[in-house]
Amino acid sequence: MIVRIATEDQYRLPDEDAERLNALDNDAVAAVEADDEDRFHAIFEEMLQLVRTDGHRLGEDELEESDVIIPPPDLSFSEAHHEFNGEGLIPD
Amino acid sequence: MAGMSGRMSVVIKSKINKLLDRAEDPSETLEYSYQKQMELLQNVKKGIADVVTSKKRLQLQQQKLEQQVVKLDTQARQALAQNREDLARTALERKQFAQTELQSLDQQVAELEAQQAQLIDKEQKLRSKLEQFRTKKEVIKAQYSAAEAQVKISEAATGVGEEMADVGLAMQRAQDKTEAMRARAGAMEELEAAGAFDDNLQLGSGGDDIDRQLHELTSQSAVDDDLAKMKAELGQGSAPSPALEEGAPAADQPQQSPGGQA
Repeated sequence: MIVRIATEDQYRLPDEDAERLNALDNDAVAAVEADDEDRFHAIFEEMLQLVRTDGHRLGEDELEESDVIIPPPDLSFSEAHHEFNGEGLIPD
Repeated sequence: MAGMSGRMSVVIKSKINKLLDRAEDPSETLEYSYQKQMELLQNVKKGIADVVTSKKRLQLQQQKLEQQVVKLDTQARQALAQNREDLARTALERKQFAQTELQSLDQQVAELEAQQAQLIDKEQKLRSKLEQFRTKKEVIKAQYSAAEAQVKISEAATGVGEEMADVGLAMQRAQDKTEAMRARAGAMEELEAAGAFDDNLQLGSGGDDIDRQLHELTSQSAVDDDLAKMKAELGQGSAPSPALEEGAPAADQPQQSPGGQA
């Protein structure tokens, strides 16, 4: 699975992580819906860390389309409302 | 995929598909796509240059504020030496305000610097990917049938297009932040022009009342200093201090004036 962290980099993640990522995605949507900013940032950070630690950066010679694009790490809570709604980043 | 990021990839794909549908000859599409991307790379370079310019402007603003802090501190000391605690307090209040602004500006410039470094890094990466695309298109042109080439081109173009869009997004965010900072710095400049912390102590040049009073004190004490120096040169007593210039000593010793001794 190829995941891009917008404005940062593209990573190749083991397919097992998809489920974990999807769960975090759903939690993030729930946090946004509950208007819980602190909780959202904690989940979002966990999401980014999962990709950064479990994933391998794509080489500069790899031209791949991402399966998932995670919004920029400096995303504000108000911007999060436009990203994490409905099914979130990853359709269920 | 919902949201902006999802939309981003959808937009890229539809644009690329439109591009591919239009051309019948895949190699033509490849050339066109490559040219287009090289053009976009120029925009990225220009965008980075804009961020650098904005940062330099902010740094100038920073320097001005630093000078302001030093000046206000000096003014406060001068006011205090003249027993004008009220003026000293006002100067120190302004110094505090300027320092707070300076701190937030320092932090913002540091953030901007990090973003700039990231953008330069991304531009480099984009350049590598474009180079990769260029190589790939030659291989595709040489090895694949038209139908297969179409698919391969689409993959490669989407990959490089996504990279391009991502650099664009990073640039947009850096520019938005810079704009916000510049607006803030502009507001600071307006305050300055209105005399909130006027840089110009010359009378009649728009300085506010407190600046004027501080200026009067400064010039007064400079006059006192000059007077004391002159008196010392004329051999009138030892170390005459401005604090003693109350008028009374002169009245007590009228014979000490140079004019009277001639």
